[in-house]
Amino acid sequence: MIAKFKGMYGSGIVPLTYAGQNYMVADRSLIPEILQVLRNEEQFDYCVDITALHYPTREKQFDVIWVLYSFARNERIRVKTQILDGASLPSSVPIWAGANWLEREVFDMFGIRFDGHPDMKRILLPDGWKGHPLRKDYGILQQDNEWVQINLGIESGQ
Amino acid sequence: MTDPNTISPLDLETPEKPFLDANELVINMGPQHPATHGVLRVILRLDGEKVLGLECVIGYLHRGVEKIGEHRTYTMFNPYVDRMDYVAAVSNGLGYCETVEKLLNVEAPPRAQHVRVILTELNRIASHQLWLGTHALDIGAITPLFYTFRDREEILKIYEKYCGARLTTHAFRIGGLQYETYAGFEKEVKNFLDFFRPKIDEYEELLTTNRIWVERTKNVGAISAQDCIALGVTGPVLRASGVKWDLRKAQPYANYKNFDFEIPTGQNGDTYDRYLVRMAEMRQSVRIIEQAVGAIPEGPIMAKVPKVMKPAAGEVYHSIEAPKGELGYFIVSDGSTQPYRVRVRPPSFVNLQALDLMCRGQLVADVIAVIGTLDIVLGEVDR
Repeated sequence: MIAKFKGMYGSGIVPLTYAGQNYMVADRSLIPEILQVLRNEEQFDYCVDITALHYPTREKQFDVIWVLYSFARNERIRVKTQILDGASLPSSVPIWAGANWLEREVFDMFGIRFDGHPDMKRILLPDGWKGHPLRKDYGILQQDNEWVQINLGIESGQ
Repeated sequence: MTDPNTISPLDLETPEKPFLDANELVINMGPQHPATHGVLRVILRLDGEKVLGLECVIGYLHRGVEKIGEHRTYTMFNPYVDRMDYVAAVSNGLGYCETVEKLLNVEAPPRAQHVRVILTELNRIASHQLWLGTHALDIGAITPLFYTFRDREEILKIYEKYCGARLTTHAFRIGGLQYETYAGFEKEVKNFLDFFRPKIDEYEELLTTNRIWVERTKNVGAISAQDCIALGVTGPVLRASGVKWDLRKAQPYANYKNFDFEIPTGQNGDTYDRYLVRMAEMRQSVRIIEQAVGAIPEGPIMAKVPKVMKPAAGEVYHSIEAPKGELGYFIVSDGSTQPYRVRVRPPSFVNLQALDLMCRGQLVADVIAVIGTLDIVLGEVDR
């Protein structure tokens, strides 16, 4: 499967294997096409998860990962791409309706925007919150104290 | 009666005739509503009694479990996962331990695998019992709650004897089990099965042909298999729509491939079918435990795992069939003692997305039934 993509797109795809699980790192520019092809031609009809990883020391700071599953093939695939801080990705809600909340969570936790998402706003944290907690530069005890003071009427959430 | 087609367009535009029915009503439900099973806030858009659409507001129980995971060692994070889906803590632990085992490239010994299956299936029964009791209570049947809680107690007693905890069990360790089974464990589990088998019939006697139950659940909150797949809905909700898919069969983990069981499915994808599917699943769980409990192999309960766990840099996605659907863990290691990232793919979170679609066109009272039938746990939705 991944070898097929490698054949199709050449250097834009890096196939990797770890612990018996195959996944691929695809170039950002190939992402819209690859996701479409996976859904429409390769029957990956179930979007299991969308998540991200933050590497603050890297130039392209974020990894975004799609975990997809095909009921027809009984096969799972992972697609990964690297993007710059502040860069956005195309939303996959038109491809998988279930991507809606998953993308909102990625935005909430990492600040990565998805273009064309019907409702790109925070999901777990309150709307006015500042900062994206799963970034590595966001401390584990850090909070938006201003929000806490205004909305909860207490000095600190700690 | 006037034929609506004969009314001229001009009439429709006259503002002097207000149509009260045409006014949309927006009401707020929760986050403290008892039937939302936790702190879920739902904003309902209504036309009279009919639901036009709704929006879920979640996050009230957000504790940043994934962030905490990055600041704890692999072993230290293990009990945290119990606090996500707190009515199925054993399942959460199984998923987490297996994922880290994959990362470490170790496998739990057969004896540990066997005990894991027994405890996890007991947990599935306990989770479904809690669902049944509260779901029936929401719809107005109070007796099933007493029945299911009475019987669930027997499972919790086994847990308590095994690991000291009833709810947040922390029953498994990375690499196997912390505790050997206690003397009389097998006998007690067998006794429970004998005790529980007629109890499922008892629940069914109360509800399956009960006219009020049928009226409140048949054709309520129906969702098609196609919509389930598009929305990523898994677990009993997907199976009730007719998709015969269960990770225990599709991609067997632990040692489920050694056991004989069936995947119950429904046809209409409505609340009633989901009820039947979960009832049948409890029977299948009994069947699995029956096979497992008589054949626990001798041997060690822990694989050889290092005291200080430092998996080589890499990443693993692994998922299990939790009582509520596909529970996945995506763990990235950078070679240190703490995970670089722990991502939890919670079934409740993804399934809750379907609430809007399932409630459209239904009555307000049915929203309660649909929330119940989705079987969400807010601790897992919000993490």
